[in-house]
Amino acid sequence: MSVTTDRSGGGVAIDVAGLTKTYRGSRGAPAVRALDGLDLRVGAGTVLGLLGPNGAGKSTTVRVLATLTRPDSGTAVVAGHDVSREPAAVRRAIGYVAQRPVTDPMGTGRENLVLAARLQGLGARAAAARADELLERFGVADAAHRLVRTWSGGMARKLDVAMGLVHRPQVLFLDEPTTGLDPDSRAALWAEIARLASVERMTVLLTTHYLDEADRLADRVVIVDRGRSVVTGTPDELKDALHGDGLTVEVADEAALARAVEAARRVPGVVEVRPDGRVLRARAASGAGTLPALLAALDAAAVEVRTAGLSRPSLDDVYLRHTGRSLDAAESDAARAAGVAA
Amino acid sequence: MSALTQTALLTARQARQGMRIPVFMVMNLVQPMIWLLLFGQLFRTVVEIPGFAGGSDVSYLEFLTPGVVMMTAMGGAAWAGTTFIQDSDRGVMDRFLAAPTSRGALLSSTMAWYAVLGSVQALVVVGVAWLCGARFPGGWGGVLVTLVATALLSCLVAAFSGAVALVTRQQEALIGVSQLLILPLMFLSSAVMDTALAPSWIATAARFNPFDWAVVVARDALAGFTDPGLVWSRLALLVVAVLALAALALSAFRRRD
Repeated sequence: MSVTTDRSGGGVAIDVAGLTKTYRGSRGAPAVRALDGLDLRVGAGTVLGLLGPNGAGKSTTVRVLATLTRPDSGTAVVAGHDVSREPAAVRRAIGYVAQRPVTDPMGTGRENLVLAARLQGLGARAAAARADELLERFGVADAAHRLVRTWSGGMARKLDVAMGLVHRPQVLFLDEPTTGLDPDSRAALWAEIARLASVERMTVLLTTHYLDEADRLADRVVIVDRGRSVVTGTPDELKDALHGDGLTVEVADEAALARAVEAARRVPGVVEVRPDGRVLRARAASGAGTLPALLAALDAAAVEVRTAGLSRPSLDDVYLRHTGRSLDAAESDAARAAGVAA
Repeated sequence: MSALTQTALLTARQARQGMRIPVFMVMNLVQPMIWLLLFGQLFRTVVEIPGFAGGSDVSYLEFLTPGVVMMTAMGGAAWAGTTFIQDSDRGVMDRFLAAPTSRGALLSSTMAWYAVLGSVQALVVVGVAWLCGARFPGGWGGVLVTLVATALLSCLVAAFSGAVALVTRQQEALIGVSQLLILPLMFLSSAVMDTALAPSWIATAARFNPFDWAVVVARDALAGFTDPGLVWSRLALLVVAVLALAALALSAFRRRD
């Protein structure tokens, strides 16, 4: 989805400053500092991706913004209303799609939607019409009159999102919307979220630990780690800040690699050259402009090249750069910590 | 949208869910009949004890019917908190709470559903007792007051169960607390036995037992309002108790976070 900066001209939809929250440890477990001075600003009508590993504080942030958890300190304003002082006004302005399923398994899809709409204040007729419209749009109209407990995981997740949208909220919170979905369902949900953000001009705060999801959907990304926001920017800005593209060249034999590294280091614009097995890795400000010169230099040094490639930096690189660990490593750290706590 | 409309919508949801579990509905109707017929047979001769309430004009089945009505209502409503625990476990509660749902409506819909369920069961119990030969001089007026008392007791116990569920958030804890309270409440009362024939401390305890208030109201109303002052004062006490426990449960809602 393209970044259109003019859409942020409508003011600030979510403004969070210095949020802290510590959960008391139960049964002798140490207390967990879920939020440690988190700051966040989301322009009205934009999609913000909150990116970080499990345990970084993403869900706690969303729960505070949805008035479900009170912060220990700090302020959070959603759609112009303070979450601590005017929770009722915030609840009318937001849609909340939790990380776990939130539908009632003993109700039909349509009953779930109609009840959600009516609790948000829609009249009986408007609620029924809106429910039918959303069932149709999310492609689950055929199952509308079946108990949700018989629905597939992907269908139920669509219903979760539809429930969050039923009253056309100004601000929508999506807590890991596609976790656990198969690739087809994920792609379909991405398309729907992207459409919502652009057509309905909704402000969306999306938490995810999928880099491709943030890249695909978010206008801006905030990387959170250990309860703090580490860096913020558009996905492109964050990647550009890494200074350049990755270059990889696979050579025919390892003996030639030392020669190749030496030759590559002399090519103007090529930096961070390092061998990696039979592959030479390097970075360059402009990969496309530099790759031909690099290949020419290798040819001149009589290095036989098998493959050559060029990659834009990924958000994983950004994450690694700002937190000092890869997202995968952070995930397994968090999993270990959770295992110790439990 | 008013809290009243929300209450109606949420009560309808509970009713739909209950009726979708046929075993639940059947058990709710079979259980009071088992109690009525079992206790009715087991204790049939206690009315022959000299000094038993009503003397020889009242059969034990007639004496027992209001007791079984209230035992059924209390036993059902003790499970009311389960709704909150299930909804919390399923994420449904978070969704309600993140929407402008009245906390009062969440509570009162649960109370209302158990009041309806208890009233239907009361009608069945009184009907079955009548088919078995019991006669109630109080007539339809007596039945109506019995239903009011049943609804109040159901609301009272449902509010208590909801408060326990909201504080403990565990099914096991809710079952434990309910079991601990229900049996003493049932037997420190005139539900199955005239307390005038029991040790005096039991009669004293029964006077402070809301469960017994409901039994006393229903028994006197069905018997034809022999002591209207007793009926109205116990009904008033039940109303006060319902309001107090509903306030307690609401404060338990506010403590969540």
